[in-house]
Amino acid sequence: MTRDATEPAGRLIEVSGAVVRARCGVPVALAEVVWVGDERLIGEVIALDGDIATMQVYEETEGLCVGAPIAASGGPLSVTLGPGLLGSVFDGVQRPLDRLALSQGDFLGRGQHLEPLATDRLWEFRPTAAAGSTVVGGDALGTVSETPALEHHVLVPPMVGGTLVDVVPQGSYSASDVLGHVQAASGDRVDVRLVQRWRVRAPRPFRHHLPATTPLLTGQRVLDTFFPLACGSAAGMPGGFGTGKTVMQHQLCRWAQADVIVFVGCGERGNELTEMLWKLPDLVDPRSGRPLAERTILIANTSNMPVPAREASIYTGVTIAEYYRDMGYHVLLLADSTSRWAEALREISGRLGEIPAEEGYPSYLSSRLAAFYERAGRVVTLGGREGSVSIISAISPAGGDLTEPVTRHTQRFTGCFWTLDKKLAEARVFPAVSVEDSYSTVSIDLERWWHDEVSPEWAARRREALKLLEHAGQLRNTARLVGEETLPDRQRLVIRVAELFEEGFLRQSAYDVKDASCSPARQMRLLSLLLEFYHRGLDALDRGVPVRELFGLPIVAALARASSAFGDDQIAELDRLGTVLVEQCGAAARSEPDAA
Amino acid sequence: MTAIAGVEYVGLKALRGPLAFIDAVPGLSFHDQVELTAPDGTVRAGRVLSISEKAAVVEIFGPTDGLKLGNTRLRFEGSPLRLGVGRELLGRTFDGLGRPRDDLPPPLVVEERAIEGVVINPCRREYPRDFLETGISAIDLLTSVVLGQKIPIFTEAGFPHDTLALQIVQQARAPGVEHFAIVFAALGLPRSVALRYEEAFRTSGALSRMVAFMNLADDPAAERLITPRCALTAAEYLAFDCGMHVLVILHDITNYGESLREVSAARGEVPSRKGYPGYLYSDLASIFERAGRIKGRAGSLTQIPIVTMPSGDITHPIPDLTGYVTEGQIVLDRGLERRGIYPPIAVLPSLSRLMSDGIGAGRTREDHEDAARQLYAACARVERARSLESIIGRDELSEGERRYLQFGELFETTFLRQDPNQARSIEDTLSLAWTLFAELPVSDLTRLSPPLVARYLEAKR
Ligand SMILES: Nc1ncnc2c1ncn2[C@@H]1O[C@H](COP(=O)(O)OP(=O)(O)O)[C@@H](O)[C@H]1O
Ligand SMILES: [Mg+2]
Repeated sequence: MTRDATEPAGRLIEVSGAVVRARCGVPVALAEVVWVGDERLIGEVIALDGDIATMQVYEETEGLCVGAPIAASGGPLSVTLGPGLLGSVFDGVQRPLDRLALSQGDFLGRGQHLEPLATDRLWEFRPTAAAGSTVVGGDALGTVSETPALEHHVLVPPMVGGTLVDVVPQGSYSASDVLGHVQAASGDRVDVRLVQRWRVRAPRPFRHHLPATTPLLTGQRVLDTFFPLACGSAAGMPGGFGTGKTVMQHQLCRWAQADVIVFVGCGERGNELTEMLWKLPDLVDPRSGRPLAERTILIANTSNMPVPAREASIYTGVTIAEYYRDMGYHVLLLADSTSRWAEALREISGRLGEIPAEEGYPSYLSSRLAAFYERAGRVVTLGGREGSVSIISAISPAGGDLTEPVTRHTQRFTGCFWTLDKKLAEARVFPAVSVEDSYSTVSIDLERWWHDEVSPEWAARRREALKLLEHAGQLRNTARLVGEETLPDRQRLVIRVAELFEEGFLRQSAYDVKDASCSPARQMRLLSLLLEFYHRGLDALDRGVPVRELFGLPIVAALARASSAFGDDQIAELDRLGTVLVEQCGAAARSEPDAA
Repeated sequence: MTAIAGVEYVGLKALRGPLAFIDAVPGLSFHDQVELTAPDGTVRAGRVLSISEKAAVVEIFGPTDGLKLGNTRLRFEGSPLRLGVGRELLGRTFDGLGRPRDDLPPPLVVEERAIEGVVINPCRREYPRDFLETGISAIDLLTSVVLGQKIPIFTEAGFPHDTLALQIVQQARAPGVEHFAIVFAALGLPRSVALRYEEAFRTSGALSRMVAFMNLADDPAAERLITPRCALTAAEYLAFDCGMHVLVILHDITNYGESLREVSAARGEVPSRKGYPGYLYSDLASIFERAGRIKGRAGSLTQIPIVTMPSGDITHPIPDLTGYVTEGQIVLDRGLERRGIYPPIAVLPSLSRLMSDGIGAGRTREDHEDAARQLYAACARVERARSLESIIGRDELSEGERRYLQFGELFETTFLRQDPNQARSIEDTLSLAWTLFAELPVSDLTRLSPPLVARYLEAKR
């Protein structure tokens, strides 16, 4: 955004909250960024009517008066893309909160503009393209080691292409430096810089989509095993307050197997961002051995920050995610929560006097949600690499009511739905993912991967376990009416094994050092152990062992604790448990007097 | 302050509820403070809600009945609403707009601060993790509060929430904290309740370290929107400028939300749920996010708002959005209250989101986390056994389920129940918990790590 002091494009004629109107002498464009008032607050034009422009202001508007000047920036709302994004903290319109804290102190002032990426920082650039070669948008000019674990490819911007006239030699360059020139066929000569800008509301282009074939592993058993997410797809996670959405998002931020994580704190608590800033630097990414903070970009537009900037925050986030995708990385965008984004949309719509559709939300809510989730995908980039953006968004349904508009529309545009259950959360069963009310439409596409990488039996085991849990749910409903004691032993076994599943498999504490994350191999091993116990239990019942006795075996307590007792590097211990299991169940059966 | 400061203007164009419509005034700014003088000489405060080329809308904090369009004079302050802050606020009582209500002269102030406050940069927040001991077992063990947290009490009409709030205020302790400063905001409270608070503060000797802002039930709705902001402006000064540890009680947020709805309706805004404006969440956030701690500053601002759930409905927009935006909740329960158990805290729906980093060895005690998890698990089984009992009757229950019914009773009478004047240390509370665990079969104690069982349970047997 150019920030030259130009003649005011117009003057304010109306101020009421975050939406203001101005009469403009110089025409401004829809979606153009404007500077409002003497303090030059950031705004965006959201409606035009004759010479009257309506704008949403990304900062507090207290103190603005009629007649205050409006300056046009000449461009739409855009983000600055380049090395230095990783590890940074921005607000919804990419103001660098971490650097603002250094220059402005503890509180956020108004009209405080800093370049999103520090201009005085130097980066060691290594050219990889040769002058004279033909390049297209998405081709790399060279690379910068943004972190020890991530090579940042400096790409020819999309829509640019031609002959690479020149490229700078290896050396240190800053964000403002031009690294090369591309001469288009039309004769235009384009500068390629270390940083580029892209408008947030337009998806960055790519060549074509790829099908979902690999899971995006999260380390969370209930997700990876039962409701897996594919690399490049989207998931919605609805849940009432206190059901664990944020803790799950933080878990995913730590353990999800992505190269880059963009976390958008959208209208939630400031302390949640603070917690991340405090904990991430000390946590090590098991894949790179580097601090997790180095692969993370935080976007913090907390609940008390201006609402229009909250609306912009998820676009800022997803555009940054696409930028790393275009370098050939797998990026995970976490948004907590998209309900607050939708509320921002509603608030602005209300201020515009638009006719609401449902619960005050504007009628374009669903198309906006669709457009956002469609920015997820595994693609071949313009430069011919494979990269992906996956999206996981928390949803905060009003009153915990899953039929409300945001939840309902999100369901239409995401293939994974992880419903968090209030009852489970109250009983402190975490993660409180409801097995009954969650689903993943991509699990079939991922069977091949699990078959090849983990175990040929994964798909069958997973199905059997799901069936068992579902069956137990029905039986429990019956037991609630007649008492569990009256059910036949085989049915009681199903209920008790399902409980063991909840205890030993589904439950996974975020605060358990050994168990916070679980490898696919350990997930498979735990799954098999529990099913093995079910099979042996059925045998034992046939030989007359009562359910009570079976569940009195020491192995039961061991199975319940196995997931937190033995970490990813202790699979051998789980194998040993398997042997003990067979012994104890066998011994119980043999000791039965009427054993065959 | 702008050139408009001190300018006077006569006559209103229209009046609707708390809103006055006037012609455009050059130089008037959004959210400017206004003083309105009626023909009979009575003065009301107000602020600018919107401005345009032709007109401006002023929200009036005060009764508008009897106002006439002509002859009403407006004076513009040229700045947003502000509160004078200083240490001398301590010991004083103000009305809902921050004017002395105790017949004393205005306090000496060091600075005028805009009551809307400023947003703390999330990068400058200090993650709150210093345990605040309330002396109440159910809170300290199961929903542990830390300095700088915001944690509401969800309650119903007629419950002893004010007793609980006062008990917390009186018993609050934290290592290295001599005294808490207390900021109390009455939001639409009936006079009788407000008097009870005032009386309690007086008798406990807390008066000299507290500031009260009183907006009573018959005070104007629009004023109620200002009261918590005045209170928090004072609290922020005491916490972040003077380095005090401040407890803020806001009672009752539900009245606040209702005023917001009333003013929104008068403005003709599009409603969302149950007639509440779409910005209810953001508005509540602008209050609750003012709790916290700041890096490099000594004090803390802890908020304990009280939220009456209309008809006991926790999904009602006000408790619902409060639940989303705060850091947990302490839920009071009708059944417990009927059975005469004080404090009637329902364990399972209550939650402290900041608990896990604020407890444990070096903060409370090494067994705290496990003990809490074990108690939740046991309470969940009590709950299940009780709902089963209500369907199939006690006789059909299994032996294990019956044991949990007994456990539930023991828990309520020995652990939960506590005298409003009794402060239990966290050690006492933990000891009570282990006494309870001794009643359960060891095979059920799956949440307790074996070394802790060896250390604490053996002592009980
Ligand atoms: N996976 C988990 N492991 C352990 N505790 C959890 C987990 N998820 C949630 N919790 C508990 O539940 C509380 C509320 O979770 P949170 O994510 O803040 O809820 P939400 O964002 O849905 O309102 C947390 O403070 C924590 O005590
Ligand atoms: Mg949350």
